[in-house]
Amino acid sequence: MRAQDEAEIVACIPSLRRYARGLVSDRDRADDLLQDTLERAWSRFSMWQKRGEVRAWMFGIMHNHFIDRLRAQRSRPEDSAGDDVLELPQRAQQADALEMRDLDRLLQRLPPEHREVLLLVAVEELSYQEVASALGVPIGTVMSRLSRARTRLREEMQGRAAPASRIQRVK
Amino acid sequence: MTMDEHKPKGIDSGPAAPITEADLHAYVDRQLSNERAALVEQFLATHPEEQERVRDWRQQNAVLHGLLDPVIDEPLPMGLPLSPIAKAFPWRGLAAGVLVALLSGGSAWSLRGHLDADAARLAFANQAASTPITMASGNGELTGFAHRAAVAHVVYSPEVRRPVEVGADQEQALVTWLTKRMGTAVKPPSLASLGYELIGGRLLPGDKGPVAQFMYGAAGGQRLTLYVTREVPGQENTSFKFGNDGPVNVFYWVEDHFGYAISAGADRAELMKVSQEVYRQLKPG
Repeated sequence: MRAQDEAEIVACIPSLRRYARGLVSDRDRADDLLQDTLERAWSRFSMWQKRGEVRAWMFGIMHNHFIDRLRAQRSRPEDSAGDDVLELPQRAQQADALEMRDLDRLLQRLPPEHREVLLLVAVEELSYQEVASALGVPIGTVMSRLSRARTRLREEMQGRAAPASRIQRVK
Repeated sequence: MTMDEHKPKGIDSGPAAPITEADLHAYVDRQLSNERAALVEQFLATHPEEQERVRDWRQQNAVLHGLLDPVIDEPLPMGLPLSPIAKAFPWRGLAAGVLVALLSGGSAWSLRGHLDADAARLAFANQAASTPITMASGNGELTGFAHRAAVAHVVYSPEVRRPVEVGADQEQALVTWLTKRMGTAVKPPSLASLGYELIGGRLLPGDKGPVAQFMYGAAGGQRLTLYVTREVPGQENTSFKFGNDGPVNVFYWVEDHFGYAISAGADRAELMKVSQEVYRQLKPG
């Protein structure tokens, strides 16, 4: 069983990395998040009892680290100039690189809690229940965050959004 | 972007719970039962605005995948802890020298390998090839790198779209690149005579440094990976060992401080054949 759990954790790594990149966009910061998550996971591995929920467990650990970092960042506001397009790393090398960058920017402008839920559902394809258990919130909260994230993203993608200065920041 | 797939099905059930927004989300995310999904489709057929919303949400899912899926194919950063033992290891500094004994140790790393010397000997006999390989005897436990090879095989071989970082069409670039990154000459053996074409290679983080994984594919779609690592301490004996991790069979051996592991779903005899060929080609001199 143990070896199988190990293998399952290792098998989660590519999707954890993808999730981290969606959360923080910057490649190095995302990989740091992945590193912290794995270190924590292995250090708790021996005490961990909930077999069969590897994925939700791993995403939950990453969530905790992500939130910790946000808090640290918020206490140092000079670091949190999140909307600067120029700071975004180049990701796609295709012709649609610009479009991807716009999408990334829209994604990064979602409130972090909404971004988490949207990514876990839309990209990582976790069940709503798994998302709830990874984030430690009731499933109703998952649904309302999902709804807001999708609504906001839809407005912005349709270009109907208000200028950035007038967008209400959700804390 | 049509809604063609929404064919309302004739359902003559009794009163069902009204469709909520949560249903629409769950419909988009394929988290509804078939029955409920059919009700949602009926609902959408008569609610064009909701239909549009659902279509846009689906598109969001698709573009987000498009944005982030390429991350899956990127080589993993070096020094990522890939095992429980690794936690004791100062990853950020990557200080050389701390890494002694990582491989030797730990039941956590060893798989329950099933040494099958008899079958292997038989395979040898059938091959009638005279290679100076001797089978290991003694315990049947896999060492660390064989385990990692099996895990890497499981992680990467199902990748249909991009199972490798550098494709076989750029074999020279692959050789140069891996040689540079591994710090020693690394060249993928040719297994075409056995029906396996090189798909390409990728670099993975090992305990002590990069590890090369070569991926081969057979006509029937079966994948086979060759894992080459420098991180094998001490053991200089060359012996073939066999083990398995679930459905993945692994043949592995150590030669001149290099560890080699061949992983596939194929059976022992087949793997043995491949191993001999790889051994023959990789043998120095």
